[in-house]
Amino acid sequence: MKNVTEPRMEIEIAGVRMKNPVMVSSGTFGSGMEYAEMLDLSKLGAITTKGISAVPWEGNAVPRVCETPAGMLNAIGLQNPGAEVFLKRDLPFLKKQDTVVIVNVAGHEPDEYYRVLDMLRDAEGIDMVEINLSCPNVKAGGLTLGTDPAMVEEVTRECKRRIGIPVIIKLTPNVTDIRTIARAAEAGGADAVSLINTLTGMKIDVERQTFVLANRTGGLSGPAVKPVAVRMVYEVSRAVSIPVIGMGGIACAEDALEFLLAGAMAVSVGMANFINPYVTAEVIDGIRDYLIRKQIPDVRELTGAVR
Amino acid sequence: MKKKETACVISQEELAADIYSLRLRVSFAEEVKAGQFLSLFSADGMRLLPRPISVCETDPANGAVRVVYRIAGQGTREFSRLKAGDMISVMGPLGNGFPLEELKGKRVLMIGGGIGIPPMLFLGRTLKATGNTGCAFAAGYRTSDTYLLEELRETARVLVATDDGSLGVHGTVLDAVREAGYHADVICACGPRPMLKAVKGFAEEEGIPAYISLEERMACGLGVCLGCVTPTRETDSHSNVRNARVCTDGPVFNAREVEL
Repeated sequence: MKNVTEPRMEIEIAGVRMKNPVMVSSGTFGSGMEYAEMLDLSKLGAITTKGISAVPWEGNAVPRVCETPAGMLNAIGLQNPGAEVFLKRDLPFLKKQDTVVIVNVAGHEPDEYYRVLDMLRDAEGIDMVEINLSCPNVKAGGLTLGTDPAMVEEVTRECKRRIGIPVIIKLTPNVTDIRTIARAAEAGGADAVSLINTLTGMKIDVERQTFVLANRTGGLSGPAVKPVAVRMVYEVSRAVSIPVIGMGGIACAEDALEFLLAGAMAVSVGMANFINPYVTAEVIDGIRDYLIRKQIPDVRELTGAVR
Repeated sequence: MKKKETACVISQEELAADIYSLRLRVSFAEEVKAGQFLSLFSADGMRLLPRPISVCETDPANGAVRVVYRIAGQGTREFSRLKAGDMISVMGPLGNGFPLEELKGKRVLMIGGGIGIPPMLFLGRTLKATGNTGCAFAAGYRTSDTYLLEELRETARVLVATDDGSLGVHGTVLDAVREAGYHADVICACGPRPMLKAVKGFAEEEGIPAYISLEERMACGLGVCLGCVTPTRETDSHSNVRNARVCTDGPVFNAREVEL
């Protein structure tokens, strides 16, 4: 038998090839500029940008973040400079990084997502878009768009019609059965689904007897959510036939491997970037080491391999 | 260049009730400027977010930095138990620091309130080394249980105010400045928001610029998460909205440019 010393790390999602299955989660990496001095961005499988809206968004009042056991809550409110500045300033930087560029698209209502896609359509250097139908801190009519299967299917279909590049739908875990939403995205023509977005949470300051976050609620992320995320990736990967991008609390290679084995084609590192700017490189190296140790020639063999 | 690394504790001492001075061996000591901060990380996986703490002193010859901090919760309580030889994860140097070019040759009033005093000591020593004369500190403490006061006095004139009147002027740091009739060319300040608000107003009265160091709840400390923003008067060039990041656009801002 051939000895595996250089396992294949490359993957492909909807025809887009990535050097390895490790990307970064939207909102935890900006457009990569801040990390460039500490990390070789070309090592990454892909960079998913902070959510971009059609016009600049100011976001929520502070405090926007707080620590929780093995995790954090955030209610940034999708502050971003708007698509125009993104295209002029951030995209030229991203294009030079020799990695796959996934632009995360934000909106309050369907028409706002479509407007962003129309603005991105003719830009060069965007490999995929990820539609954030699931931000818990921004709500349209009191309801997160991503909790209604009919809406998810309709919006996905229209997004696909508006833009030629592959469309990833990012799913919220704040639903009764995430498989229903994943199937709706698939029915609408999504090329992939990514999950999980943050879990809605709350922290109360008992001394001041008030909410810690100005927004009262925030999205929980970090290692605390990982078991929930792994379970959901497992469920969704068995409910749909499109690729699943798994995320939620990944902080080391072993975490990433759990997601791959559960059914993810790729994984995304989020909050851990805040704590360890080098984490993505460590996860990539760790996955490679694991493949060598287990004598597995191709990372794709891990996807859904849990028995 | 920013780095995250494991630092060795050189020494730690308690300066006053709940106020600690921690010296760490780091690789970036010579890069640190007054007004910059470090992220210190807990060893407990339950507490993942870094604690941003401003630098009080840098000692490039010995590859050392010093932070002086107050116990504010479980994370800083954990730091306070560190002893010489222990290891701790740190990231730095972070933030912009005080505008040293702007301050060259000026009479600088350095106002520190409570745990805002340590970075002012760093600034005072920097200005002394660059030959500024006529500078003064205004230091506000809660009580006569002071910290760093001797070191401030070795560096420049010190005006002291305490909340309880047990030392110096009974009142605010600005009461102490007014009572002394001290006039500066420029103000640098770090401390609680109400103090910074008053400093901003005072600088406007005096018709001089003020550079204030802000504090806000942070997650990354790297300018990525947008957790620690502060409202700005004009549209910020990076965010394209009226918000700037305390961790990277600050923590030091021209007081005129931020809404407090």
